[in-house]
Amino acid sequence: MTITAGTDAGLVAVARRIADEVAAPNAAEVDKEARFPAETVAALREERLLSALVPVELGGAGASLETIAQVCFELGRRCGASGMVFAMHQIQVACMVDHRGAGAPWFDDYLREVVAEQRLIASITSEVGTGGDMGKSVAAVSEPDAEGRATFEKQAPTVSYGPHADAFLTTVRRAPDAEPGDQVAVLTRREQMEMEPQGTWDPLGMRGTCSPGFVAKAAFAVEQILPVPFSTISAETMTPVSHILWSHVWLGIATDAFDRARAFVKAAAKRKPGEPLPAAIRLSELMSELSLLRAEVGLALREYCDLHAGDRAKLAEMATILRFNNLKIAASEQAPKVCQEALGVCGIVGYKNDTPFSVGRHLRDAMSARLMVANERIHATDASLLLIAKEV
Amino acid sequence: MDEMNDQIRRVIREHGHLSVDIDSLADDADLYQAGMASHASVNVMIALEDAFDVEFLDSMLKRSVFESVDSIAQALTEVGVEA
Ligand SMILES: Cc1cc2nc3c(=O)[nH]c(=O)nc-3n(C[C@H](O)[C@H](O)[C@H](O)COP(=O)(O)OP(=O)(O)OC[C@H]3O[C@@H](n4cnc5c(N)ncnc54)[C@H](O)[C@@H]3O)c2cc1C
Repeated sequence: MTITAGTDAGLVAVARRIADEVAAPNAAEVDKEARFPAETVAALREERLLSALVPVELGGAGASLETIAQVCFELGRRCGASGMVFAMHQIQVACMVDHRGAGAPWFDDYLREVVAEQRLIASITSEVGTGGDMGKSVAAVSEPDAEGRATFEKQAPTVSYGPHADAFLTTVRRAPDAEPGDQVAVLTRREQMEMEPQGTWDPLGMRGTCSPGFVAKAAFAVEQILPVPFSTISAETMTPVSHILWSHVWLGIATDAFDRARAFVKAAAKRKPGEPLPAAIRLSELMSELSLLRAEVGLALREYCDLHAGDRAKLAEMATILRFNNLKIAASEQAPKVCQEALGVCGIVGYKNDTPFSVGRHLRDAMSARLMVANERIHATDASLLLIAKEV
Repeated sequence: MDEMNDQIRRVIREHGHLSVDIDSLADDADLYQAGMASHASVNVMIALEDAFDVEFLDSMLKRSVFESVDSIAQALTEVGVEA
């Protein structure tokens, strides 16, 4: 299945091979042991996919968001956690590419380093005390010293692949006296951080993302602060790109659950040719549910790419924010629904964890979707925006 | 202009939930940096539409347009409010 035009077929083919040959055979173990999908990330590094989004002038592949989204889909199809790790990394890269600003050589240099060293970047946006409200921070950048060096300390409840990342993009208040919503994003290297682990990581799904809590302390140069307010980064890039890439991972998971249900029905039909097969009807119903998800995810990607290439100012408008929030809510509810219906098709062999038709991992992974920024929180934002937005 | 700005300031005082007194801020001061949250900014927009009996365009409904008394005055002028 191809989701959109505008993709780099060569890169997607490479990603599909990694998904099939590396992510798929390790997916069950990654899930069972809640371990990082190290071999998949190593294969992505080997093929230089971690820097795919970096512009050509900085040495990257200059891949389109369509290509990256398709890679998220391919990886998510074979291992949800691998797809999510890749998606989250690319979100941080997209924020730097879009908002490094003219004349911010630190970020240009760092992006060159992402290319050369295939750096893996994690994010610290949520915080103890603000929960999933990314638009507010408790932690703040300290007053810079005479050499332009500053610090922060942030209580991070969930940092995916925190122990495996080379760098972290963290949201913090702009200054010690700044308001909670007056935020910046800081990119710090692992060597500049002290990460004190908090608690364990034994979750329901997305186990391979390895996302325990940390107290994150950093000491860095002020050039490492992205030069635009986080509110702009969030509206134009981080939020819509997160919703697009996450939903491609969820579509991948749901598509594989559908494929397994289909394989189950085909095998049953082969055993008793010509006999009525109630599961086949349910499979047909399942396909229409999957196609709704596929349509929303694909359309949102195209709309974003058109806006990004054309009238980028429109990305900050409330009607646009509503649109990409809606993608997140719709996809995060539809993906687990497809997985659950696939379980209904496969029955007990889908429920067992060790059959070719197992969909338990898919269902558990997809259930994380609604709380990666709580849908309730997004609904509350949308409810407010709907009061004032005109055409939605 | 002064009358329009006074009315804008009244709306912000009532709905903006700033952490400082609006009278202590210049017309070009950043309202978000003065503590106006996203939710409060929507209430400011609704109250401005009501107070000036206008509708903003979708292209104006973004954070940057409601950043200061000046930028709000400019948006109101664009939708036909006489300065
Ligand atoms: C697999 C996974 C990986 C993650 N990786 C990262 C990461 O790498 N970096 C990172 O920073 N974060 C990460 N997160 C955290 C995530 O993005 C959210 O920020 C976090 O889950 C929010 O915490 P919370 O669930 O306590 O929700 P909160 O937003 O704190 O909300 C708590 C509860 O209140 C409800 N609620 C909140 N607001 C409202 C409202 N207005 N109306 C009604 N109910 C409301 C919510 O539904 C929820 O039940 C990850 C999460 C998951 C699941």
